[in-house]
Amino acid sequence: MSHDHHGPAKGLKRWLFTTNHKDIGTLYLILSLVMFFVAGTMALVIRVELFEPSKVLVSPQFFNQMTTMHGLIMVFGVVMPAMAGLANWLIPLMIGAPDMALPRLNNWSFWLLPFAFSLLASTLFMQGGGPDFGWTFYAPLSTTYGPKSTDFFIFSVHMMGISSILAALNIVVTIFNMRAPEMTWSKLPIFVWSWLVTAFLLLGVMPVLAGCVTMMLMDRHFHTSFFNAAGGGDPVLFQHIFWFFGHPEVYILILPGFGVISEIIPTFSRKKLFGFHAMVYATVAIAFLAFIVWMHHMFTTGAPLGAQLFFMYSTMLVAVPTGVKIFNWVATMYRGSITLETPMLFAIGFLIFFTIGGFSGLMLAIVPADYQYRGSYFVVAHFHYVLIAGSLFSIMAAVYYWLPKWSGKMYSECLGKWHFWLTMIGMNVTFFPLHFVGLAGMPRRIPDYALQFTDFNQLATIGAFIFGFSQLLFLYNVMVTAMRKGQDNLPDKVWDGAHGLEWTIPSAAPYHTFETPPHVE
Amino acid sequence: MSLPPMNMPRGVTPISHDIYNLHMITLYICCAIGVAVFAVLFYTLIKHRRSQGAKAASFHGNTLVEIIWTTIPILILVALAIPATIVLSRIHNTDKSKLNIKITGYQWKWGYEYLDQGIKFLSNLSTPQAQIDGVEKKDLHFLQEVDHPMVVPINQKIRLLVTSDDVIHDWWVPELGLKQDAIPGYINENWIYVTKPGTYRGQCGELCGAQHGFMPIVVKAVTADQFKQWVKAHQPKKQGASV
Repeated sequence: MSHDHHGPAKGLKRWLFTTNHKDIGTLYLILSLVMFFVAGTMALVIRVELFEPSKVLVSPQFFNQMTTMHGLIMVFGVVMPAMAGLANWLIPLMIGAPDMALPRLNNWSFWLLPFAFSLLASTLFMQGGGPDFGWTFYAPLSTTYGPKSTDFFIFSVHMMGISSILAALNIVVTIFNMRAPEMTWSKLPIFVWSWLVTAFLLLGVMPVLAGCVTMMLMDRHFHTSFFNAAGGGDPVLFQHIFWFFGHPEVYILILPGFGVISEIIPTFSRKKLFGFHAMVYATVAIAFLAFIVWMHHMFTTGAPLGAQLFFMYSTMLVAVPTGVKIFNWVATMYRGSITLETPMLFAIGFLIFFTIGGFSGLMLAIVPADYQYRGSYFVVAHFHYVLIAGSLFSIMAAVYYWLPKWSGKMYSECLGKWHFWLTMIGMNVTFFPLHFVGLAGMPRRIPDYALQFTDFNQLATIGAFIFGFSQLLFLYNVMVTAMRKGQDNLPDKVWDGAHGLEWTIPSAAPYHTFETPPHVE
Repeated sequence: MSLPPMNMPRGVTPISHDIYNLHMITLYICCAIGVAVFAVLFYTLIKHRRSQGAKAASFHGNTLVEIIWTTIPILILVALAIPATIVLSRIHNTDKSKLNIKITGYQWKWGYEYLDQGIKFLSNLSTPQAQIDGVEKKDLHFLQEVDHPMVVPINQKIRLLVTSDDVIHDWWVPELGLKQDAIPGYINENWIYVTKPGTYRGQCGELCGAQHGFMPIVVKAVTADQFKQWVKAHQPKKQGASV
């Protein structure tokens, strides 16, 4: 082995055995992109079936498998890997580290995922079909009544969980130990801060999910009765355990996105982030609150008044730090010098529509009203607003924003703008009407519906196709930019308003960076 | 062309009216905050673009402003929490009910048992399969009609005891402002007080398997006299001396 400067290995081995944070980040992002189209296709199957009140395309059984898989893959296969990819690519660059703290563990935490998702996808072809109990897999529907393939689903979730825990502890250790000497906590970029908080959330709740599915496995095969009322168990216990994981999980999906938006808005406003410390405090406050609001998913389970009140108040409190973040972003733009490149467009889309999702979230926090919203399409509209306009927009913004740094080539701004406008219009045409059908009384997860819901559902289906097919523009734009030969001679600082260590290295970023610690401004 | 329903129904029980009011208050507050925030956002998007010659200011913090926009939301939330708490405590008060109905969820139908009258029946979807398959023309209450509706008298407090026989279901009738999970091993209590005669329709609200979308709920509210007659007609005939 020579110790001179060497680039990546050639061929497949480079990707299989890589310990390089940039390669692993790229792998995560590619996996996420592939899974995005897989889960998106499932969403279109769902929307086709819902185009008319009666049967259109698929049986109710298959419809339930589609909703379940769409949810699971979008959460675990699209948003989480994309955020992990951003973390891998950017955290070492932002803190001036040569790589992640645990590079070989990093390799494993990625390579678990393709196998986990192959396993999950294979269930669709098994006898009895794939998981059909919704992504929340409530017992006893998933334990006593689940199809045979449920065991594969459980194993798949175990693998994803291990992957997430390893990635999270890697990120925590990296941020704690690998910072450049002058990189103090108050200089730490806001994206790194939000990922640090997210990683702690992951470490807190992923083991809970693992415990939850393990208990399921034991109920199914080892004659325990954790969730089986007939054996002295408790189906509501399942919901408590699941949502103790599930609620922090949905903040895991959004907090890194907050970090991304907090990097992008100052860049294109050419003004420092307003209230940096308040932003960090707000992130930590949201993370803390994430742990004490899980029962708001279970208001109709017959909980006692005191418990409902506690969870109503704590859930309403989440609006305060989240509001502070929104106000701070607007204040960052205020009296700036704004330009509207594609990343900024997505960031503004995030601001507006994530806020709308936040409003419906506040409405859902009011327990008596939640009785009418819960389990209806109003909830579906709510979480698609916060997950698409929140997580997905922030991921897309991040890809457009850092792709020139990663690849050394500029994406097509014209295609990017088309992609933004079609995505935004498609998303709103799809999900805004769903607020109305939900309020009018349409439950979630039904393949056929009463006649009065027809018009809005047809509108939503049209919107979904606009939304879905406009993602091909994103695919094309990213692929062409990443794959084409040559370099665009971009400056180190691709965007004139950008700040941070990642803009001090060449574009494209060399295979090895910061082998000597940089000087921090 | 008339618009399809777009909002939560105001409903026919005092609780459903309370819920509707809470919903509208929250919605208006959200709209007001939204208008304010988006107005500032669009103002800055129009005024402070570089192409308009905007130069970036250098401020990046203002303690007073930050305290204000942390405090005001808290006050708004407190103002919202008070009526919500009052309504919630009313929902939890099932005392003084005159009639007890036990509702059981099954895959995939509802069972109703009038505990004081000894009436028991199952309530199945009555929409023909041909309509679901899209072969026949659909009638007005497609997928929201049953063979035996639950019949309740108006102007009486009725206690509902909700449970399940297999998986978790959820008994949801929007116009009664009531959604209650039916969980095996649990008996959840709730109550209704219907003020208007009529037929109210709902559906199972918790994924319970393949036919989850096909177990509707129909509640027929009738006057006290009509209810008496209904009870008489449906009560099991007295048998001889039971052993």
